Amino acid sequence: MDILLAIAIMALGAVVLGAALGFASIKFKVEGDPLVDKIDAILPQTQCGQCGYPGCKPYAEAIAKGEEINKCPPGGVEGVQRLADLLGREVKPLDAEEKPKQIAIIDENTCIGCTLCIQACPVDAIVGAAKQMHTIVAPLCTGCELCLPPCPVECIRMEPIAENIDNWKWKYPVVEIKAAALKEAA
Amino acid sequence: MSHYLFILVGAVLVNNVVLVKILGLCPFMGVSKKLETAYGMGAATTFVLTMATGASYIIDHFLLMPFGLEYLRTLSFIVTIAAIVQLTEMVIAKTSPTLQQTLGIYLPLITTNCAVLGVPLLNIANGHNFVESLLFGAGSAVGFSLVLILFAGIRERVEGAEVPVYFRGVAIAMVTAGLMALAFMGFAGLDKYQ
Amino acid sequence: MLMNLFKFKGGVKPPTNKTQSVTLPIAQAPLPSRLVVPLHQSIGGTPRPVVAAGDKVLKGQLIGEADGWISAAVHAPTSGTVVEVAMHVQPHPSGLDALCVVIEPDGRDEWIPREAVDYKALTPEEVRERLQQAGVVGLGGAVFPTHGKLTASKTVPMEELIINGAECEPFITCDDLLMRERAEEVVRGIGIFRDLLQPKKVLIGIEDNKPEAAAAMRAAVDALQEPFLVVPVPTLYPAGGAKQLIRVLTGKEVPAAKRSTDLGVQCFNVATAYTAWRAIAHGEPVVSRLVTVTGNVHAPRNYEVLIGTPMDELLKLATPHPDTDGIIMGGPMMGFLVPDPHVPVVKATNCLIAHDDRLFPPKPPEMPCIRCGACAQACPHELQPFEMYWFARAKNFGKTQEYHIFDCIECGCCSFVCPSRIPLVQYFRFAKSEIWAREREKNAADGAKARFEFKQLREEREKAEKAEKLARAAAAQAAKKAAEAAAAAAAGGDAAETAAAAPEVAPAAVDAAKEAKKATIEAAMARAKAQREAAQPKNVEALSGAQQKEIDEIEARRQVAHLTDADAASPAGEKTE
Repeated sequence: MDILLAIAIMALGAVVLGAALGFASIKFKVEGDPLVDKIDAILPQTQCGQCGYPGCKPYAEAIAKGEEINKCPPGGVEGVQRLADLLGREVKPLDAEEKPKQIAIIDENTCIGCTLCIQACPVDAIVGAAKQMHTIVAPLCTGCELCLPPCPVECIRMEPIAENIDNWKWKYPVVEIKAAALKEAA
Repeated sequence: MSHYLFILVGAVLVNNVVLVKILGLCPFMGVSKKLETAYGMGAATTFVLTMATGASYIIDHFLLMPFGLEYLRTLSFIVTIAAIVQLTEMVIAKTSPTLQQTLGIYLPLITTNCAVLGVPLLNIANGHNFVESLLFGAGSAVGFSLVLILFAGIRERVEGAEVPVYFRGVAIAMVTAGLMALAFMGFAGLDKYQ
Repeated sequence: MLMNLFKFKGGVKPPTNKTQSVTLPIAQAPLPSRLVVPLHQSIGGTPRPVVAAGDKVLKGQLIGEADGWISAAVHAPTSGTVVEVAMHVQPHPSGLDALCVVIEPDGRDEWIPREAVDYKALTPEEVRERLQQAGVVGLGGAVFPTHGKLTASKTVPMEELIINGAECEPFITCDDLLMRERAEEVVRGIGIFRDLLQPKKVLIGIEDNKPEAAAAMRAAVDALQEPFLVVPVPTLYPAGGAKQLIRVLTGKEVPAAKRSTDLGVQCFNVATAYTAWRAIAHGEPVVSRLVTVTGNVHAPRNYEVLIGTPMDELLKLATPHPDTDGIIMGGPMMGFLVPDPHVPVVKATNCLIAHDDRLFPPKPPEMPCIRCGACAQACPHELQPFEMYWFARAKNFGKTQEYHIFDCIECGCCSFVCPSRIPLVQYFRFAKSEIWAREREKNAADGAKARFEFKQLREEREKAEKAEKLARAAAAQAAKKAAEAAAAAAAGGDAAETAAAAPEVAPAAVDAAKEAKKATIEAAMARAKAQREAAQPKNVEALSGAQQKEIDEIEARRQVAHLTDADAASPAGEKTE
């Protein structure tokens, strides 16, 4: 008899709580997944598809559903680190090798003006028209390499972004530049 | 009146739920890497723990005790806590997306926080009445938040320190926690004024 | 005359080392063998080169055109031939190259025609434009284009115009000598700024270790009967920092996120005022500046130097001691060791210090921070350098920003007082440039995302438009054919014969027009049906009603799902039916 009572009470509790939760889930339903946006904000938005998804947003959605976080080479180790921080997951080494930041360059002597690269560019960083020479708007290029395969004459190459005075960064004050630092502060 | 004050202060400092009772260690170690998340976790736990003590008191006294089903306490408390956490999460997600962003994934983690289960059980073991239970719950929660935030602040700084390689990460965190626990033992002296 | 001065927190008193270079008057540096004029010499856009290799240029001729509003023009410092427009190493701690115009002087030093104007006859806009064209920038070291600072705020009344003659950094005396020898022109230049900004007060702050300069300025102010106030300020590094000088003279503290103009204060360097006067009243663009050459040299002195002069050639004039092993550009507190002795003098170069181990002994290595707080006491911005250092070292950049790293002016007071000899400023510069780089990346990513989303939207739209166009074309085609059929029907009146499967036209008692119209429709329907029958499989004839219904439903679903060929005639046919 006791056991039946216990079961009855537990069942009652389960029904009450279940009903409350069910009601709440309808009443407090939230549209969309804010997590996806947060993941998307960390991804580098190169839209390169190296993760196997057609763009950064789809990969962000996949991560939110449990996909690995180490499939974004442009984001680099730091990107993985930040995703791990956000999602409370383990940091994993990058799935591919990390490349330095680069941009595409069109060899304008070889370009035949086929517009195939323009269609391939996910971020509209290539300008040109049919039978006209194309060129890459360097500040807009994300270095995704998606324009390389469609080019029939292989006139596009990738070049690492050179350091200039505008993007130069002060180095971490480690031993080798300490001498200069001391002189300056003297 | 002073009796209630003693319960509150005792729960916050003297019998600190983390450093003296050694309960709720997983969020203490896991969610203390950044100060912001520690604040969020502290706030969420305080809310849930206070709610859970109240709800479990009611369940225990009006559902389990009359039918002599005290052996179902653990089970029913866990279910209740899980439901409260879920409910809280849904309400927060709807009403305050910013707060939900700060708490993020730590909110569901509270379900597995043994302090949240331990404190209602301790309440019953100590024979607290409803008000005492609530005070003890709130006090424990505040104590939990206090040490969590202190610990997170320390860990943020330790990250910049030159820790020997073999001590980096969790190892030095454990040492830090041990030192904090030693420091909190000093509050035991407050007993004399009781 | 007596006025209440205020104090800023912190500050240090390093040995000033200024007396060595003030004994001799300003000398004109001789023409160097070649001039390398960098195009980017001010904050803001890089000027576009307007000359090419082989061009003959005159002194003061435009060689780099200002790019945008916050940018200042660059001019040929002497007459001669442009050798090349190419990348050359810059006087910048990175040691990287930037675009420069290299000029071979012809020795004649021939000016372009200079136009002297009375600025009072010009509108403020014209004055600002002339200053921009003349390449007038802040010569205190920040090289912000001066015209950009000469627009009075519309919301805040201009209270004080501060003229910075403090020159607080050790070794540097170029502003001191300028005020001693050319006070009148400085004061006239200040007059231009005053007329443009209309402040209630003009205060000229000069550190009290330069009494000669203050006296000369005072005499010039009196001679020109200007209401400017020459105020000696206590000698304390960094009293010459804009925010510090504003604090000392006005008691106003410029909040972190605001600019001094928000408080009705604007600040200019004395040398800027001088060049502004030369540019407006003499039509001379900025092609030279005063440079203190001092340090480990026989004859420290101030020289009037053409922009673009190689630093090693300039240093030779002061005969450096043989053990000189480097050149510091700027002072010992904020300057840096130039990466290459051949780098040119630029508008920001106020001082060259010959470096050697006797003047600047190498410091013993860095030791751990003991959190003594000496740096916080020395910080003129009331920051907590030890906290910023800790987090910058741990690369926790968010935390450094919480401690307001971007309010740091990199004056070097903290490094100067640090008993553990930590190069704190180095850490702050590192953290700042990392944060900037991250911001750039974030902006680039946001831009890329916006463009990607726009491209997707555009592709969708184009697809939809194309489908619609095709459908329209097909419909037009069908309508045309129907019209033809109708014409045939009207002509022959035997529509029934033309359309094989058409039902008989009902010969009802209706008027002819209506009948013709009906016939047209019937004919069109018949034609469409015939066409469809020709195109469709034959096994759909003699279907039961249920079967037909099922097929219709499937067709409808296919159409909803866009599975049917848009260019096939069938949808058009169905529409006419």
